[in-house]
Amino acid sequence: MPTSPSDPAPIDRAPFDLAVVGAGPAGLAAAVTAADLGLRCVLLDGGQQTGGQYYRHPAPGLGAARPDRLHHHWSAYTGLADRLAAHERAGRAVFRGGHQVWALERSDGGFAVHVTRGPGSTDRATVRARSVLLATGAYERQLPFPGWTLPGVVTAGGAQAMLKAGLVLPGRRIVVAGSGPLLLAAASSLVTAGAEVPAVVEATAYLGYARGPGVLAGVPGKLVEGAGHGGALLRHGVRLRPRSAVVEAHGTDRVTGVTVARLDADWRPVPGTGRRIDCDALAVGHGLLPQIDLATELGARTRTGPDGAVSLEVDARLRTSVPGLWSAGETNGVGGADLALAEGELAAHAVAGALPEAALLRRRSRLRAFAELMAAAHRPGPGWTGWLRPDTDVCRCEEVPVAAIREAVDELGAGDPRTVKLLTRAGMGWCQGRMCGPAVACLAGPAPGSASGGPGPDRRPLGCPVPLSQLAAGPSPES
Amino acid sequence: MRRRRTPAGLVEAEPGPAHHIEFDGRPVPALPGQSIAAALWADGVLAWRTTRVGGTPRGAFCGIGSCFDCLATVDGRPNQRTCLLPAEPGTTVTTQEGHGRADLAV
Repeated sequence: MPTSPSDPAPIDRAPFDLAVVGAGPAGLAAAVTAADLGLRCVLLDGGQQTGGQYYRHPAPGLGAARPDRLHHHWSAYTGLADRLAAHERAGRAVFRGGHQVWALERSDGGFAVHVTRGPGSTDRATVRARSVLLATGAYERQLPFPGWTLPGVVTAGGAQAMLKAGLVLPGRRIVVAGSGPLLLAAASSLVTAGAEVPAVVEATAYLGYARGPGVLAGVPGKLVEGAGHGGALLRHGVRLRPRSAVVEAHGTDRVTGVTVARLDADWRPVPGTGRRIDCDALAVGHGLLPQIDLATELGARTRTGPDGAVSLEVDARLRTSVPGLWSAGETNGVGGADLALAEGELAAHAVAGALPEAALLRRRSRLRAFAELMAAAHRPGPGWTGWLRPDTDVCRCEEVPVAAIREAVDELGAGDPRTVKLLTRAGMGWCQGRMCGPAVACLAGPAPGSASGGPGPDRRPLGCPVPLSQLAAGPSPES
Repeated sequence: MRRRRTPAGLVEAEPGPAHHIEFDGRPVPALPGQSIAAALWADGVLAWRTTRVGGTPRGAFCGIGSCFDCLATVDGRPNQRTCLLPAEPGTTVTTQEGHGRADLAV
């Protein structure tokens, strides 16, 4: 049926040229660039606003005049948001917030993108597109320790997210711990927003960065960003404790303090070095893991990065091994917002069959090299299991303690995370192993046949929980 | 003495008028645009669920909808992620015990 000029929503009639999943830096840059290049584009995100986790910001009702004060390079976001708004007004692109994609399905030479929008049986949608660009970002890698399920123990990214969106803090005196560049960013935000941060506890010695001086020289912006966080921490008297870890959180109904111990080079706690720090909250994380379920369910090939994280394998044009499926940003290996912005722009060019500028290609290469260096520098050491106790819950959802997992491995012969899961329920709960997966994989030992010695990609047929009533209803007839 | 820094002060927020949600029968203030979890944190509440096995308290952990630790019963519906749901005027939040479906017990 031809589209009449008076049609209020002509963009919904035919399949989109491109569906971009995830409206963070990579997805935003991709959608805007794709629309610039003439593609009809739909941008989908589970959140109500664009920005993703990195550019997460207060809802309009909170009336924040200076959201930039909680962000690095906020103008990069507002520039993209303005361009997206212009494309939306012109009917070239559409952003759909509150649209959580739970599966991609190949159909008719393109894709059916299955979406859930809420709990009701009619809160579903299927968006059709010729190509899909995955920009689903990452979530935090967690390593368990005694007391990590206490209220007041939150992820470093979670503390950031709640601060950026809700303007709230989990406590007044917050220890920041784990490993990776997110810790410095989180600590810097928290102190700037009024929290006291008695210590930033980092498991590595930061020596890994020194192994790539040439790589560092290629990304001066990263050094400036790091210096910015360092400056904020210095101003507020925050102490950085390298090669240390929180080995226990104390409290009964909520956290009241932590024990920090020195680590050896393998992240094994050094006996006798524990020191207690009083606090009313702990923000903890050990780097980020690419969120790639939607692609691996289609059989996309993966690679294991220097930090042991599994990401999508892409070619120079950011194509995955699945025809018609592109990937940009953290899904290709965690590397931060600048890299995500560059890859989003690059991938959009590839989808549109347009040649990107050589400078953009060079910029992406430099930032990708830095990402690899960063991943290697913060790779978790095997000794971290030294701070576990038999009764430490590894799986938060199913409350499976270390002892049960060790029993499955040592006495019942489980040699991989999947068998551990079947025997203990670890990873079988609501989060589908997103929180306990790395720890279970480590305790279970290397998967048989895996060349890297690390675990293969997690398999999750549904990218998020979907009400049975929506599955029973089948694909929606719309769009 | 200098006024204590706050997140709202930092971003020079001038929010719309505060309203209230109900948490376990008592009013908790919320600002327009805040999630339920954010409103509870602002009120000093860190836990609004007890686990199925150990009965231990839990609240928000990941803050981005991945971990499902922040589940609560919201407007009578159990297992809702409070870090994602907006705190609307009159939203009723109840501490969820275990799976939150004790009403289905036989």
